[in-house]
Amino acid sequence: MAERPHLAVIGAGPAGLAASLAAAVHGVRVTLVDAGTEAGGQFYRQPAAALGARRPQTLHHQWRTWERLRTGLDGQIAAGRIRHLPDHHVWCVERESGDGGFGVHALVGPMQDDGVVVRADAVLVATGGHETVLPFPGWTLPGVVTAGGAQAMLKGGLVLPGRTVVVAGTGPLLLPVATGLATAGAHVAALVESADPRALLRHSSALAAQPGKLTEGARYTARLLRHRVRALVRHTVVEAHGTDRLESVTVAALGTDGRVRPGSERRIPCDTLAVGHGMLPHTDLAETLGCALDGTDVRVDDEQRTDVPGVWAAGEATGIGGAALALAEGHIAGRSIAARLHGSAPDPRTWAAAARARTRLRTFFAAVDAVFAPPVGWVEQATDDTVVCRCEEVTAGEVRSAVGGFGAGDLRTVKLLTRAGMGWCQGRMCGPAVAGVSGCTLTTPRRPLARPVPLGVLAGVSEEGLPALSEEDLE
Amino acid sequence: MAKRLTCDVVVVGAGMVGAACALYAARAGLDVVVVDRGPVAGGTTGAGEGNLLVSDKERGPELELALLSARLWAELAEEFGSAVEYEPKGGVVVAATTEALASLKDFAAAQHAAGVMTEVVDADQVRSLEPHLAPGLAGGVLYSQDAQVMPALAAAHLVRASGARLCTGRTVTGVLRTAEGAVRGVRTDDGEIHAPAVINAAGTWGGDVAALAGAHLPVLPRRGFVLVTEPLPRLVRHKVYAADYVADVASDSAALQTSPVVEGTAAGPVLIGASRERVGFDRSFSLPVVRSLALGATRLFPFLERVRALRTYVGFRPYLPDHLPAIGPDPRVPGLFHACGHEGAGIGLATGTGHLIAQALGGKTTDLDLTAFRPDRFSGDEVNSP
Repeated sequence: MAERPHLAVIGAGPAGLAASLAAAVHGVRVTLVDAGTEAGGQFYRQPAAALGARRPQTLHHQWRTWERLRTGLDGQIAAGRIRHLPDHHVWCVERESGDGGFGVHALVGPMQDDGVVVRADAVLVATGGHETVLPFPGWTLPGVVTAGGAQAMLKGGLVLPGRTVVVAGTGPLLLPVATGLATAGAHVAALVESADPRALLRHSSALAAQPGKLTEGARYTARLLRHRVRALVRHTVVEAHGTDRLESVTVAALGTDGRVRPGSERRIPCDTLAVGHGMLPHTDLAETLGCALDGTDVRVDDEQRTDVPGVWAAGEATGIGGAALALAEGHIAGRSIAARLHGSAPDPRTWAAAARARTRLRTFFAAVDAVFAPPVGWVEQATDDTVVCRCEEVTAGEVRSAVGGFGAGDLRTVKLLTRAGMGWCQGRMCGPAVAGVSGCTLTTPRRPLARPVPLGVLAGVSEEGLPALSEEDLE
Repeated sequence: MAKRLTCDVVVVGAGMVGAACALYAARAGLDVVVVDRGPVAGGTTGAGEGNLLVSDKERGPELELALLSARLWAELAEEFGSAVEYEPKGGVVVAATTEALASLKDFAAAQHAAGVMTEVVDADQVRSLEPHLAPGLAGGVLYSQDAQVMPALAAAHLVRASGARLCTGRTVTGVLRTAEGAVRGVRTDDGEIHAPAVINAAGTWGGDVAALAGAHLPVLPRRGFVLVTEPLPRLVRHKVYAADYVADVASDSAALQTSPVVEGTAAGPVLIGASRERVGFDRSFSLPVVRSLALGATRLFPFLERVRALRTYVGFRPYLPDHLPAIGPDPRVPGLFHACGHEGAGIGLATGTGHLIAQALGGKTTDLDLTAFRPDRFSGDEVNSP
């Protein structure tokens, strides 16, 4: 049979799924490579089948959108147009010399210690984003979890992180996390948001463009009221207390200057603190391919193409904007890829609705970014003995000394002199914290290994040494 | 308003070599300014492994410099010790076959005659030195003078201890000359720095700084990747490499060479490095290169197959056509001194280089004859007018 062009999609969240479906429907063979055990990504994270969840939809919104994606995926898999590779952890995408194709290198197996390669004519980077957490005294105590982590436990494991929970930080994620925890039976002692979401009203054009988001917010707020959750806006957690594990947190009000108002501190007993300060895109794979970034986001054009031929990007990797934006971008990317791989220029009119949604949502999330910025005073909360880099146990004091005592003026030098960011997470978690404490600009270091790779796998990377997933597997 | 500084000597480059020049010049009583367009250790120093090796150098001027440097590093270690992660761990060079061992023994015998401490070890002794080495090796040589340092920490601590004024993020755009052609300082993008002496310690970019003074110095980059593993308990005790590494270091080939040096570090990770390629300043990741590093390392230490690499980074060694550095006064430009082009050995050779430069600055007889390192040895007729 005539060879249909082959696309590798990295990430099976909303962007990756939408792109896979759009491309598959238009004559492209798709291999969907994903680290999760089930498709859906973080947003549509599915409970493990073994848990036998009877009503998983109660933990989600936009369930119908998910059902549509799931049905579409099942159909395309059955038709042999999409191959879904779950539990595949991609550590590098390489542009192969010669035919201009790509090699997607992934780790598989229960210990992720075997390697496979997927070869493709084009790649879509739909790698999503990750949460950022800024440090404060006590944040490394057991019982302190990330907001996204709490949500993942709930959606994926159907478990609550604790009985009495404070949800804190900043960003649009906090509201659904608090609501989800309360709905599932946790006592949410407080929702502590450092920004004032009412400031969004000042961005009237953004809201006018996205009335649905207002309704969504109102729905969450109503649910919180029903569960008697105390919402503290323009407040922040200044310290987490406990000996062996978390026992309480101190929260305080923020002044208009973004700093703690003296005397406003109060303690809230809790066994869990779910904290998050927004998200950053996962760009390692794109960067190693040579894709240009705009700030922290992969740069794309109107068709979601990066500046590297054959590489597209969609979803959070191109800028944090939530699931609906990821779906729109993924759909556009899939249509563009299908046309380009068949040698023709795509007609943007075929994705006009998605393009309109993309414009509206990008405007809205630009306003969200402006409103939900961490308070400027967080840096002062990180005392000298507060750990900022957990992997290497580097304190704020050590980072400050590298800057003050040795003249480090950028993140790389701070890392070289303190080891902050040299450990397992390679600065993914601590990057924003180290940047803030050191006063350096947040820059993404190159990470050619997107995740830790056994040397035996690295050594075996060759045409003959590794089990390449052959074209026949797909037929 | 642009700043104007006056001092005795300007060191261009805040890497390891510039830091050592600053330290020894300051200790000779000179007022020093260190200027760098980037941060401290921002170039090759920040991408290095911190090899202080005598083992890989054949008899000759570079070995003499390495032996002088090793003594000076040991002295500095008394002062800085753990702050710069100095470890006199020794090196073990292994040979897979009896033929390779025979030529390694010959190589070591010549080094021994030049003052290197060498100890030939048989297969069993190699295993007791490094219990996790692959079985079946013919033997090796133990070099107890090989040591290790954390290069970025070393550069930062030496600069600070020198008391030199440090101007980072400031680019040298010109070398100021008198009517007679002598150096009188540097021009930067943020004002002039006046001094009767300028030291070119710009590493891989040393050719550009020389050109600003109208001097020809053909420094070129030789790319290297280093692999870093997850933190481990100390399973690799020495700097360990296979005998063919020496041939790679001395090679003129532009093609990729990888016979990696494998070593544990004070912080826990095992370092594997480094490849050698001439591809200009191309920073793009090369999976085949990193693959060959991993292959070489796992052949030496099979247990590494299951160990995870956390990161890899790239750097550019500054090399000159005859693989020797340029050290000393430039006869073409009075007041200009060079301390660059150390290829992959700059961390190790930094102390000797700084010491010799300080002696030359003071007009003293240098401890080593600098003839082999003369900066004008490549083509003396290419001096441009100031």
